[in-house]
Formats: sequence, structure tokens, C-alpha cells
Amino acid sequence: MEIKSALWRAVLIGMALFTALPILAVFGYVFVPAPAVWQHLIQTVLPDYLLNTALLTLGVGVGVLLLGLPAAWLNSMCRFPGQQLFEWALLLPLAMPAYIIAYTYTGMLDFSGPVQSLLRDATGWGYGDYYFPNIRSLGGAILMLALVLFPYVYLLARAAFLEQSVCVLEVSRTLGCNPWQSFFQVALPLARPAIITGLSLALMETLADFGTVQYFGVTTFTTGIFRTWFGLGDHAAASQLAALLLGFVFMLILLERWSRRRARYHHTSSRYSRLPRHQLHGGQALAAVLVCALPLLLGFVIPVGQLLYWSLTTAAEGLNPAFFKLVSHSLLLAGLAALSALLLALVLGYGKRVRNDPLVNLTARIAAMGYAIPGTVIAVGVLIPFAWTDTQLNLLTRAWFDTRIGLLLSGTLFTVLFAYNVRFLAVSLQTVEAGLGKIKPTVDNAGRSLGLNALGVLYRLHLPLMKGTLLTALLLVFVDVLKELPATLILRPFNFNTLAVRTYELASDERLADAGLPALMIVAAGIVPVILLSRSIGKSRAGAHRKPVRQKEARETRKANEQINPAEYSHRLR
Amino acid sequence: MLKKITLALLVGSLAAPAFAEGEVNVYSARKEQLIKPLFDRFTEQTGITVNLVTGKDDALLERLRLEGENTPADLLMTADAGRLYRAMEMALTQPVESEVLQQDIPEHLRDPGNQWFGLTSRARPIFYAKDKVKPEALSTYEDLADPKWKGRICIRSSDNIYNQSLLGSMIAADGAEKAQVWADGFVKNFARPPEGGDRDQIRAAADGVCDLAIANTYYYGQMLAGNDADEQAAAEKVAIFWPNQQDRGTHINISGAAVTKAARNRDNAIKLLEFLVSDDAQHWYAEANQEYPVKPGVEPGERLKGWGEFKADSVNLSELGRNNAEAVKIMDKAGWK
Repeated sequence: MEIKSALWRAVLIGMALFTALPILAVFGYVFVPAPAVWQHLIQTVLPDYLLNTALLTLGVGVGVLLLGLPAAWLNSMCRFPGQQLFEWALLLPLAMPAYIIAYTYTGMLDFSGPVQSLLRDATGWGYGDYYFPNIRSLGGAILMLALVLFPYVYLLARAAFLEQSVCVLEVSRTLGCNPWQSFFQVALPLARPAIITGLSLALMETLADFGTVQYFGVTTFTTGIFRTWFGLGDHAAASQLAALLLGFVFMLILLERWSRRRARYHHTSSRYSRLPRHQLHGGQALAAVLVCALPLLLGFVIPVGQLLYWSLTTAAEGLNPAFFKLVSHSLLLAGLAALSALLLALVLGYGKRVRNDPLVNLTARIAAMGYAIPGTVIAVGVLIPFAWTDTQLNLLTRAWFDTRIGLLLSGTLFTVLFAYNVRFLAVSLQTVEAGLGKIKPTVDNAGRSLGLNALGVLYRLHLPLMKGTLLTALLLVFVDVLKELPATLILRPFNFNTLAVRTYELASDERLADAGLPALMIVAAGIVPVILLSRSIGKSRAGAHRKPVRQKEARETRKANEQINPAEYSHRLR
Repeated sequence: MLKKITLALLVGSLAAPAFAEGEVNVYSARKEQLIKPLFDRFTEQTGITVNLVTGKDDALLERLRLEGENTPADLLMTADAGRLYRAMEMALTQPVESEVLQQDIPEHLRDPGNQWFGLTSRARPIFYAKDKVKPEALSTYEDLADPKWKGRICIRSSDNIYNQSLLGSMIAADGAEKAQVWADGFVKNFARPPEGGDRDQIRAAADGVCDLAIANTYYYGQMLAGNDADEQAAAEKVAIFWPNQQDRGTHINISGAAVTKAARNRDNAIKLLEFLVSDDAQHWYAEANQEYPVKPGVEPGERLKGWGEFKADSVNLSELGRNNAEAVKIMDKAGWK
């Protein structure tokens, strides 16, 4: 038993370290001194990087909460016109890459775009005669990122609201809370781990964003890392900048942990009942519709309309077999990456739960930091150890067989998939951990005391209990990979393109209209998983799919269950 | 025997593109649609397959550097000279002795040591709003730092390599100190903080945001040639001014290529390079992107001919690569975003 346990520990740490390899490789440069470049940076651009990054993070953080939370609450608790549509449609902006929404709004709102041109034609004004907010600004970048990232908060907050035991809310009401108090004092704090997870996903994505801020000319840490690595050619200073960025992320995580301290968020009651939705009327209903419609319109409908318009002008030449090959490449990569990231997250997440070993926790945490690191840095980090391995292999084969085998790892799809895992592990890991966190430890204990081993508990109890969570993790990574650009661009093999690559090539050539079709396809391919996602959550609500008519049937199943196996019974009860 | 089997297993299905005969592997920062048709024609003529990865210049360079001597890439193509110089500095390229290339490519558009070759060229002139500026008021890049242009100039971010190269050419001509003074004054004349790409600068000049814009010629050509009526109209409101005609000439840059140091299909890579400077290829290659052919005697497209002839800066483009890091620092100090 001892040996087996030590082996387990080694496997867990090994897997986490392997995933963390690219991150560690980049930070290998941290200890190379680069005083001259640092002096230059501090004197010139660093204050800007710091300020802009802080404002961007803050702005997006506030933005996603404002857009995501009210919508999540309304869609969990109330009924109003269009609610069933909003419920899933509010996830659609997830399918929209931030750089693409930036292209579309720039196309529309730029000085030369249709909106301002129309305004000038109507009024006879010229340049400088009127004020119009500039979309290519820090504020614009905050808006763009918040519009496509708020679904993370919406998604996780709503899932948390739905899973809350209605008894808790009812008890709070009987103890004298009005609906607002019951929201702020009970529902919101209970949903806190989920909201924080959503928020941190959005913020990490913000910190890693390069496409949007670069397009808008906002200098942040990310653009600074690029400029230092490539423009100044100083790898040490660049990776020190990246380390600083990560230090920032780490601090945020620690701060949140500290503020939670010993509080835990398991639900103590498993007696769920159907939650009565509150029917909204008149002004209330109108307000609710607005709260839900606005983010949907701005974050999805309008930009998609622009993409559609662009696509229509180019569809005749654009739709050819080569295009469909791009689609299949994108889907293939996204599917494989989603599966592998889920597996990795399950192993690491469950390992952390079972062992609660500080070293395992730490390595897993480092491995999951890739989400806040720009894709290009990850790609370089992947190349460093892989190319090194290839070189060593070639030295070996040359010594033994007197021949070179070329590159076995670099420049293969394996490399690309590995980079996706490094980049997106946080998404699947956090989702899986959140799912596991909601399962009471007593379930594990019951399972173990009834003779299941650790894997048995995972397989027979946890997996069935978190089917929804697993699907969520799978789909989130799928959509993220569909949108991913920089790592794909650097690492992909010969003659292999994806939709994101094609979109980038056309857009960076300043051919926005031609980029419309592949961009639209990315969005379209992302819609299906997003809808699936929403459905799986809708079902996860305690009592949501148990209609009164079926109660008799349910009672009968329950009776049957009691005769089979008490361990299984405990989860079938849900 | 056992060794062979082991090796076969090792290589197995994993292996990256094989080093078979009749292939050439290209890492290209030039967009696929601007080279693929030429590669197809090359394959038709020679039977040599061309494998292609496209990407951002710097990222491809990094990949090449890290893959080291095992890289499958035979040819590196970039959209500017600065990156080719950087590749050479990093010892990723090798010299190529080819009479064809030396004959067909003017001296200042290739590396003195034959490590890299320019294949098309483009200029970075001044564009002026026809209704606001008389061309007589314009003279040189240096003059753009004069206070008379205060609040009248549009140019993109200093992150862009074309601006870094332009400043590199000024360092080469005037020295770093004068270039710094110039940059300080030039930045003060910006009509707005830099935003967008080259096309956006031209559109801004057309829309009255500023009077002058600095951009590469091919963007202007693409705006005129494209099927977006708005862009066409915008481009027609501005005209080209070729600066520095009395001294060194207008700043130009190239798109070009270098054979990698580790090239395993070296001969094929050279064949491809030589094919790219043949008359037909030069014509198509330049026309596809509204650029100038490098080969003397091959005419540019009709539209480019209409812009008139101009004197181009004949500084060897290696100079610009050498000055790049200095240029970035000068821009940072001048507050050029």
C-alpha cells in the first residue's frame, strides 16, 4: 500500500511537471540578468504596461460581473418573456474570439466606418467637429473583452445558482430576508467559488490576450513581452516580464484563498425540491429583458451581423474544398485537445482531492497557470524542451545508427495538442475541481467504507455525479481551442492550416472583409457546443427535470434502487 | 538488423515531413495566398513538392532557432529585410553562390555575403491629402519633424517592423543622435496616438483626421485594386509623395528569402529561389501584392507604373537590421507608442 501510494504521488507530480515544462522553460531565463534592458524599460514603457494592465484587468473584471451576474440570477430564478431563449443564447458570445469582435466593431465604429460616416453625412460635421468615443482605446479593449468573456461568469454563476438547494433560500426567506437580501446574503456567498472561478477564467484570458490589445494599440504586459522578446531580442528581460505578470496572477489567487480561509461551500442538504420561478410582469419584466438582451446583442448579434455582411460579399470565391479542409482541421484539433485536457484535469483534480499533498497541489497550480500566459510564450516554451529532446535523440541515433531521424516531436500535431493542454488546462482543471468540490467528502467516505478503492469512487460515484461538469469542461476547452491562434500559428506542421490561422492571415493583411467568412465559421462551429453546454446545465438543476407527473415513477425507481446497492443509491437519488 | 528495426519503429508514424528527394520545405512569413500559386507552378515545372508553414516572422524565426540543426525547413521567407538580417545574425542561414541570383537581384537588395535575397520591393513614402497639402510643401522624412506639421501626421505603432526599419534607415543616414532628435519632434507632430495598420493611416488622411500618412505602397495599391468601394474612394483622395529625392532616396524594404543553415534540400531550395527571380515569376509575385519586382527589366504592374519612377534609398538593407534594436529604443524614448 505504501509503495503504491508513493507511485501514485510520483505519477501525479510527474504529470503536473510535464505540463508545467513549457512554463518552467520560459522561466529558466528569469535568472539571467538583463540590467541594461530593464533600466530602459523602467525609464520608458514599464509604467504604461503596469497601469494599462491593471486598468484592463479591473475594467474587464467589473464588466463581466455586471454583465454576467444579473443575467445569471434572472435566468435561474425568474420567468419573463424570452427567458427560455436568453437562457442558452447568453452563452453564444463565448464562441466569438476577442480579436474578431475587435475587428468587427472597428470596422463599424471607426472614423471611416459606416456609423460615423452616416453621422457626418446627416449633420454635415467634419473631423474634430464632434466627439465620438474611440473604439481603439483602453476603454474599447475593456468593452470588447468583457463582451466575449462575461459568459464565463454567467455560465458558472448560473450553474451554481441552479444547484443551490432551494431549502436554503426558503429558510432565508422564512428568517425574514427579502428577495434582495436573500440574494446578497445567501445565494451570492454560496455561489462564490463558482463566480470566482468564472471571474478568474475571464481575467486570465484578459491577461493573456494579445490580438485585441495589439490591434487597438493599447500597450500592456503582453504586448511588452512581445516587444522585448522579439523587437529588443532580449529573452531574459521578456521572460522576467512574463514572470512579473504571473506573480500578479499568483497574488490574486492567494488573495482569494486567504479571504476564503477555512470556509467551505458544500451543500449540507441533499433534499432538493423544484424551485418555483418568480414570474416577472410589466416594468420588471422589461428590465429583465433588457439586462439579458443587451449583452447578447452587443456581444454576439451585432458582430455576427457584420461578419455575415462581409461573408456575403466574398462567399462566392471563399467557399471551396480548401475551406472545408480548414473547418475539419479546426474541429479535429479542438476535439482531441478537449478530450486530453479533460483526462489530465480529472487525474490531477482527483489526485489533489484524494491526497491533499502540498507538492501535488503546487505543481498542479503551476501547470494550470498557462491560461494567463500568452499563446506565443507558451509556444516558445513548448519548443524549448521539445527541440532539446529532438536534438538529443538525433545525437543518439547518429552515434548508434549513423543516421539522423530529424524532428520527432517538434512540428507535429502532438506538439500543437500539448501546447493546447498547457494553455487550457486551467479551464478543465478548474471546472473539474469546482465539480468535485460540490461533492461532499462524506460521499467518498461512504464509498470507501463500502469497499471501493479510490479509482472506484471516482468511476462509480464522482463521474456519474458530475456528468454535467465533465461536459462543461470538455466544451469550454473545445471552444477555446477553436479560437486559439498564436500557438497554432507557430507550432503547426507543414501544409496544415486552421480557420483561426486563415482569419489571422487575412486580417493581418488588413483584408477584413475576406476574413469574415473563416471568422464566421469559427463562431458557427463554436455555437453547437455552446448550446449543448447550456442544455446540460439546465438539466443539472436539482429537481428541474422531475415533473410532478413522474413522481410516482420516481418513487418506484427509488424503491428498486434501495434493493440494489446503497452506495449507488446515494447518487441515483438525485 | 535489430538496429534498423528499432530505428524504423522509432521513426514510425511520428516523423515530421520526411527528407525525401523532390521536396523543399518552406517557413514563410509571407501569406499563403501571395505565394502558394507560384509554388504550384514551380511544382508543375520541376516535379519538386513544396511544403509550407506560414506564420508571423518572429515566431517562425524562433521556431527555426530552437529546432536548430534538425529543422526540416530549407527556406525561410519573410516580408521584410530586418528579419532576414536577424536570422543571419542568429546563424540560421547559409550563403548561396548562384550566378542567377547575383545577376538578377540588385546588390543593395541582397546580403553582401549572399546569405539572403530580396524578391520583391516596396516603398514607404509619404501620402498626402490632395485637398489639404500641396506637394511642394513636402521634401524629406527629416522635414516631418518640423513644427509646421504639428498635429497633421498619421503613422502606425512603433511595434511595427516597417517603422522600425524606416527609423533604422534614418540612423544609417543621419546617425543615432540626430535620429533621436528627429523622432522626438516627429512624435510631437502626430495627429493622434498611433492606431491601426497602414491602410487605416491612409483612410485617416482621406477622412481629414490628418494631412499626411506614412504607409507602404502595396497597401495603397491594394486599396485601389480591391473591390471595396469605400476604400477605393478613400485611396483616391490621397497621393504619393516620394521623399528625399534630392539626397539618399525614398525608404524601401523587401520581401525576401534565405536558405537555412540546416537545409537538407539545399539544391531544391536554390532552384526555388532562382525560379522566383525568373521573369514570369517576378511579374506575378510583384503584381499579386502590388509590389515592385526586384529584377531589373521586369516592369511593375500598370498601376505602379502610373505612380511614376522614383529614386530609392540604396543603403544596403543589412544596415537596417543592424540598427533595429537601437531604433526600438529611440522610439520608446520618444514616446512613440
